[in-house]
Amino acid sequence: MYRYDEFDHQLVNERVAQFRGQVARRLSGELTEDEFKPLRLMNGVYLQLHAYMLRVAIPYGTLSSKQLRMLAHIGRKYDRGYGHFTTRQNLQYNWPALKDMPDVLHDLATVEMHAIQTSGNCIRNVTSDQYAGAAKDEIEDPRIVSEIIRQWSTFHPEFSFLPRKFKIAVSGTPDDRAAIRVHDIGIQIVRNGKGKIGYEVYVGGGLGRTPMIGKKIADFVPKEDLLAYLEAVMRVYNMYGRRDNIYKARIKILVHEIGAEEMKRQVDAEFAEIRKTGALHLPAEEVARIQAYFASPAYETLPDESTELNKAVLADPDFANWVKSNIAAHRVPGYAIVNISLKPIGGTPGDCSSDQMDAVADIAEKYSFDELRVTHEQNLTLADVRKKDLPAVHAALKAAGLATANINLITDQIACPGLDYCALANARSIPLAQQISERFSDLNRQHDIGELKINTSGCINACGHHHVGHIGILGVDKKGVEYYQVTLGGAADEKTAIGDIVGPAFTEEQIVDAIETIVTTYLGLRQPGERFIDTYRRTGIEPFKESLYATH
Amino acid sequence: MQLIRNGKFVADDFAAVGDEDILPEGAVIVSLERWQKDRDALTARNTPLGVRLKSGQEPSAIADDLDKLAVVALEFPVYRNGRAYSYARLLRERHGYKGEVRAVGNVLRDQFHFMVRCGFDALEVADNITPEIWAESVGVFSHSYQPATDGREPVLSLRQRLAARAATREAV
Repeated sequence: MYRYDEFDHQLVNERVAQFRGQVARRLSGELTEDEFKPLRLMNGVYLQLHAYMLRVAIPYGTLSSKQLRMLAHIGRKYDRGYGHFTTRQNLQYNWPALKDMPDVLHDLATVEMHAIQTSGNCIRNVTSDQYAGAAKDEIEDPRIVSEIIRQWSTFHPEFSFLPRKFKIAVSGTPDDRAAIRVHDIGIQIVRNGKGKIGYEVYVGGGLGRTPMIGKKIADFVPKEDLLAYLEAVMRVYNMYGRRDNIYKARIKILVHEIGAEEMKRQVDAEFAEIRKTGALHLPAEEVARIQAYFASPAYETLPDESTELNKAVLADPDFANWVKSNIAAHRVPGYAIVNISLKPIGGTPGDCSSDQMDAVADIAEKYSFDELRVTHEQNLTLADVRKKDLPAVHAALKAAGLATANINLITDQIACPGLDYCALANARSIPLAQQISERFSDLNRQHDIGELKINTSGCINACGHHHVGHIGILGVDKKGVEYYQVTLGGAADEKTAIGDIVGPAFTEEQIVDAIETIVTTYLGLRQPGERFIDTYRRTGIEPFKESLYATH
Repeated sequence: MQLIRNGKFVADDFAAVGDEDILPEGAVIVSLERWQKDRDALTARNTPLGVRLKSGQEPSAIADDLDKLAVVALEFPVYRNGRAYSYARLLRERHGYKGEVRAVGNVLRDQFHFMVRCGFDALEVADNITPEIWAESVGVFSHSYQPATDGREPVLSLRQRLAARAATREAV
């Protein structure tokens, strides 16, 4: 993975010193909370319902064991012994004290981490595919450009006060696991007819109040021009994005209002000018320097089949279930990708205790080249595990309470923090996700239902990505009472779709039964081999409406 | 209000003039509207001139007049509105403007560094800003990852030079 050099270290340390001064000014009363707000927001510090919250950047979701151990340590020392992994591959601490924040940032800096640009109207942490480097159909490792973008966007003097926050995602495979079409900019790595690698660029995707699917405005941006192209998009947005209304300030609204064609025209014109200066031309040497950090680990030459694995599958049904749902194919024979579910039955999606973090760090060190990833679905991934080690990895995870066998199944839900933590929320998300999880806890039933993604948001800001859940749940407030609105048919992959509202919202008492009705309806309708989303795409919403709202 | 020009606290030798005000003697800064209306009269005065652009008034509106202007003042109606960062860069990099680019409006210490990087060489700042605060704020980061208008060598090319030097040393 990428390692800081002297320049990276210096910048992060200078940032810690700067924030220490700002916190001191706040604590002494020199700054009011209002004046302090923009400063803390540049460092990932939010004021939540009960306390300050700190969001730590995990660039493109990649962590070393050492970094994860530090996150565990910070959770113990400054929080309540846990952290929460988010849909943007970051980690949040819900309970640190403001006076401790500079020390937390200092501790993070010792392991090459920070909280820079994890909030505020700037270019946020770049997200990517958790299978980077290990995926079978990968065109190029997306971490290389992600790191290049991370550096270019860090403290960008022109783009630190954009109309609104700005999120970039990169996918290196045709199968999109990074949800690039629901980001402000989505970058798809492609190979052109001449065998050259470049980038397809989507702009204006996003969820929130006005969900939009990104529009493709470039078919092939050459590698050396990527930063010039991104700078052109950012400049057009910075100059013409709306600043009169916070709800219309994202780039998706600009693209929607002027149209994708006009957006493309403006970006192309600006790109041509920026390109002329050559200042952002990306030298091949720098790309090679960063690429070297992401070179393949020292894989062994192994047979693809593992007798140890096959034996264990036959001997242990728990292990067999886990292999079935949590293991993905690796490009190297004899290796597998292990997904660690942070969605235990009845738990809080994405929460991880400090002890569990230490356990995962040890497992990654021993079995996966000392490295792991955070997924945008709030799980963890060990990208490079020998198949013959899978039984040992499973046993170690089980001992840490991390062997839940439900990846991509109905209990592998995404949920925002909701009314339990968030000042914006209308409704609780976590308790609902927990109830759904309990209702469908039977693993055989989960496997029978198959791939089904339920995403829950506690308000229309859509942090729980409900628009792109196969089943989406949105908490709404009606005269002080929590209601839940259901959407069907959303998806965040290469066939990205915004879900359709199924009908009137459900009460807290009705919602779990409603989900069960939807699932039962699907099971009755499905043809062999169909996942929920396939059935929905074939039948449309009507049969689900009927079974949900038919007068009984 | 104080003026910092090229890092020095100086007396402001320009008067900001409202659209209805009578023009005083000497150097003035007027709005884009007044400039467009009274261009000939203003030019005929033969004193240094500045034009103030609001957020939404792009530098292209004065691109043909830049040789007549000693100052272009760019307004930050609120620090969160960062349009003027792009305007400053366009003035310098696209239009080749060599005169003063002045930040006016809600100009806060925590943004000095960004403003200077984008080509502002003059800033109108609050009275509580001291030379120490200025120095600390503008110099907060020793290096920059990305090229901008200040000509500072980005980290990327510093790395290349270091690598080249190391290679030379090895060859010797």
